[in-house]
Amino acid sequence: MEQGTIIKVSGPLVVAEGMNEAKMYDVVRVSEKRLIGEVIELRGDQASIQVYEETGGLGPGEPVFSTGEPLSVELGPGLIRSIYDGIQRPLNVIREEVGDYITRGVDVPALNREKKWAFQPSSLKAGDEVSAGDILGTVQETPTVVHKILVPPGLQGVVEEIKGGEFTVEETVARIKTDSRVVEVNMLQRWPVRKERPYREKISPDIPLITGQRVVDAFFPVAKGGTACVPGPFGSGKTVLQHALAKWCDAQIIIYCGCGERGNEMTDVLMEFPELDDPRTGDKLINRTVMVANTSNMPVAAREASIYTAITIAEYFRDMGYSVALMADSTSRWAEAMREMSGRLEEMPGEEGYPAYLPTRAAQFYERAGRVKCLGSDSREGALSVIGAVSPPGGDLSDPVVQATLKVVQVFWSLEDWLAYERHFPAINWLSSYSLYIDNLEEYFRKEVAEDWADMRKGALKILQQEAELKEIARLVGVDALSPQDRLTLDTAKSLREDFLHQNAFHEVDTYTSFAKQYRMLRAIILFHNQAQKAFQEGMEFKKLASLPVKEEIARMKYIPEDKIQTFDQLEEKVKAQMMDN
Amino acid sequence: MAKEYLTVKEIVGPLVLVDEVSGVKYEELVELELPDGEIRRGKVLEVNKKLALVQLFEGSSGVNIFGSRVKFLGKGVELGVSTDLLGRVFDGLGRPIDGGPRIIPEKRLDINGNPINPYARDYPSEFIQTGISAIDGLNTLVRGQKLPIFSGSGLPHPQIAAQVARQAKVVGKEEEFAVVFGAMGITFEESDYFISDFRRTGAIDRAVLFMNLADDPAIERISTPRMACTAAEFLAFEKDMHVLIILSDMTNYCEALREISAARKEVPGRRGYPGYLYTDLSSMYERAGRIKGRKGSITMMPILTMPEDDKTHPIPDLTGYITEGQIILSRQLHKKGLYPPIDVLPSLSRLKDKGIGKGKTREDHSDVFNQLFAAYARGKEAQELAVILGEAALSETDKLFFSFADRFEGEYIAQGENEDRTIEETLDLGWKLLSMLPVEELKRIRPEYIEKYLKK
Repeated sequence: MEQGTIIKVSGPLVVAEGMNEAKMYDVVRVSEKRLIGEVIELRGDQASIQVYEETGGLGPGEPVFSTGEPLSVELGPGLIRSIYDGIQRPLNVIREEVGDYITRGVDVPALNREKKWAFQPSSLKAGDEVSAGDILGTVQETPTVVHKILVPPGLQGVVEEIKGGEFTVEETVARIKTDSRVVEVNMLQRWPVRKERPYREKISPDIPLITGQRVVDAFFPVAKGGTACVPGPFGSGKTVLQHALAKWCDAQIIIYCGCGERGNEMTDVLMEFPELDDPRTGDKLINRTVMVANTSNMPVAAREASIYTAITIAEYFRDMGYSVALMADSTSRWAEAMREMSGRLEEMPGEEGYPAYLPTRAAQFYERAGRVKCLGSDSREGALSVIGAVSPPGGDLSDPVVQATLKVVQVFWSLEDWLAYERHFPAINWLSSYSLYIDNLEEYFRKEVAEDWADMRKGALKILQQEAELKEIARLVGVDALSPQDRLTLDTAKSLREDFLHQNAFHEVDTYTSFAKQYRMLRAIILFHNQAQKAFQEGMEFKKLASLPVKEEIARMKYIPEDKIQTFDQLEEKVKAQMMDN
Repeated sequence: MAKEYLTVKEIVGPLVLVDEVSGVKYEELVELELPDGEIRRGKVLEVNKKLALVQLFEGSSGVNIFGSRVKFLGKGVELGVSTDLLGRVFDGLGRPIDGGPRIIPEKRLDINGNPINPYARDYPSEFIQTGISAIDGLNTLVRGQKLPIFSGSGLPHPQIAAQVARQAKVVGKEEEFAVVFGAMGITFEESDYFISDFRRTGAIDRAVLFMNLADDPAIERISTPRMACTAAEFLAFEKDMHVLIILSDMTNYCEALREISAARKEVPGRRGYPGYLYTDLSSMYERAGRIKGRKGSITMMPILTMPEDDKTHPIPDLTGYITEGQIILSRQLHKKGLYPPIDVLPSLSRLKDKGIGKGKTREDHSDVFNQLFAAYARGKEAQELAVILGEAALSETDKLFFSFADRFEGEYIAQGENEDRTIEETLDLGWKLLSMLPVEELKRIRPEYIEKYLKK
């Protein structure tokens, strides 16, 4: 192994000389403590290394060892239910080895080497031709997740042998004869994190990722394989929203990446997910979840890597044909980690001190999302949806990270603190948010939800838009000066906001709403609106309308359980009846 | 015998560049001896071949290039800890200043600590009753939380922090507690207020104080909060105590950090603060928490004064992104003569949902809290509207909300400096105020609770 020598230490940046053979983004081991680092700049025989662990106590003269390999993750059975740090070291194993605090130089494999998995071969037999992405067999990893063992990318040949039984990840399950040699395939793949995993082709996303969050599903839906970003100042509920999506969205695999955020938030996920049931499978949520946690006090360079670690794991499950959702909280911390390294490298800064390559990196990251035809002969489809939180300083959306993100994502959920102060959650601003998937998804909505869904959605958004204008006028002339029609618009808009958009993530019924119920809720509000308009024409007073008892029932319809959805029929009857009586 | 270097090459601000060194390590502790025998301490910020960049904690005034001797001590900055720390007062670098004997340490700990493994954390969920309604009822504090006070100059944050330190308890439990106080650049008056309040209530025996006052060297402040955290970690996780850390004032700390960053000619981030301010702050704030299988806990209450009461200033902004909520003080309420002037609408405790409800506070807590917030927000909106249009233009319901907001401020938020309300009193007070409003407006409360608790 080649060995260099440290000449400079400045925070997480170490410069070493004598590194002639090092390649960009190679992993190196720094000092006798064997701290993990990555080469990020080469000048002559000097390499700048970002070190993924604390560098206190390092000094010039100490050795640097190269490994000749780029930063990679291990992929195979055992990923689900794991919690990793930014460079895929399992935190539970670290705790067993070194205790409650993370110390330096801990070296543990990402996947358990001793555990045996029951490998069930597919129908392939000796003599069959296989190529990358073909399914060799399966492992029932958790009650919900069937882990498909695929022919690794780049491999093509004829099956010589394939065997079922109990294996560790390193034991051979199949032998494949290529043109030149026989390759022994096990259940462990390594993949460099900064490189996108291959697929056959990208296809247009036209199925929504159903989240059970009304403002998301109804107004600003994200497609399976889509990208969304959630910018918002602190306290506006980014993390609560990310958690709600991780809990309830109908992806088959969830990757939750806590990038530079609070330790307790990861603990929350760790303690809550094993308790919560997946509404679709009835199994525990943890059994479809992988966590990557590089909290804010953990080394900053590993924070930069954590986003890539997470998305590579996500791509791996996508390649099996699953719908995967990656929650990245928060990409601003990732960008800041990049800025910190860039500053230490003394690069010329771009906006706000961020490196000039920030938009390129952000685009590269989000473009790894998508709905794809996977490699493999069964032409299965997989989808990787990415939902990134952004934490702009002071909630200012002109922040370079927000701007770089908005250029590439298709859905924008604008969280605002004034909504949060009013305890309107999720605090998504219905006027400034948008989803570019609406047209793609329209067909799905027409078929799966209702024919008139798209029109109702448009109508509701229009009422909310009108409310904003009317409020301005009302502020000047007073509510009483408005026409009954306009007052009705204000009233309906209020109902839309409070009875439909507002959703309590901590209420057992309200936390998740199916499309069927969302449709009925929206229909009830619009029905009231339309009926009231008719009633006005027949001379009803506005005062009377506001005091109809059915209004209170509309206000409480969010608490109607999913299995009592027929109650909405009675509700609609009551709306009509009470309107007639007056 | 460590080598002594006479090779100081440059002195810029608090930074000293030493040439021709060998074997120097990053973050190593340094002693610099002046010709008159005075010793300054510092740490290594960067080593580049034979050059070591040293940051002096006490500043560089009076340091001379040719007469100074530099010694590298081969270890990081440490704090000697033992339970004898309790009841003692130290300077910002951990040296006793109360005239008492030296501490005989049980062990010496690196003040930077190590990050808690997220997997080892236990989620904070034990309700702490502070006796202040605006906190208990609306921004509930739980054990292991980090909840800062965003204040402004001239606002009574010392009083609130002292009241919390005095009254905080977990109802129905008698456990060992301790208060660790880290003062960074605060005035003598403010620090004296804390010390005499601790003395008056006898809390001083359970307190550890690290004092870096306004006239102490600014650079020393970089170490002060870390000293406090190290002492707290020892007391909490090795001696099973429930520790409350109060850090005041984080703004001064950040300014010291900026000073060093500027002296190093680093690329500045927002408002001249270094780009790593977030990471640096989190390396302290994240030391609060609970650990599975250990009895003690660290609850942290950093205080910071927002320059010009601006919440989007980098210091409160980045703090808010790390801490689990914030308590914001309002100058307007303070001017109205209300104490504590807690601006409840933008204040927030992120961990309250796990700390309230049945078996912790009371089943109706969450709903009452949501309703009070919504009603107060609406009342404030009505008040704003009334300013423009006149009170007469408000609808009947809005008028009710208008006066609700007033009574809410006067009766619920406001209370005495020594008034210790139980959580039941706080909740019942909430119901009393809500009874002003029509029942159909109480949309955020489950009907069964309205039935049970609302007294008309």
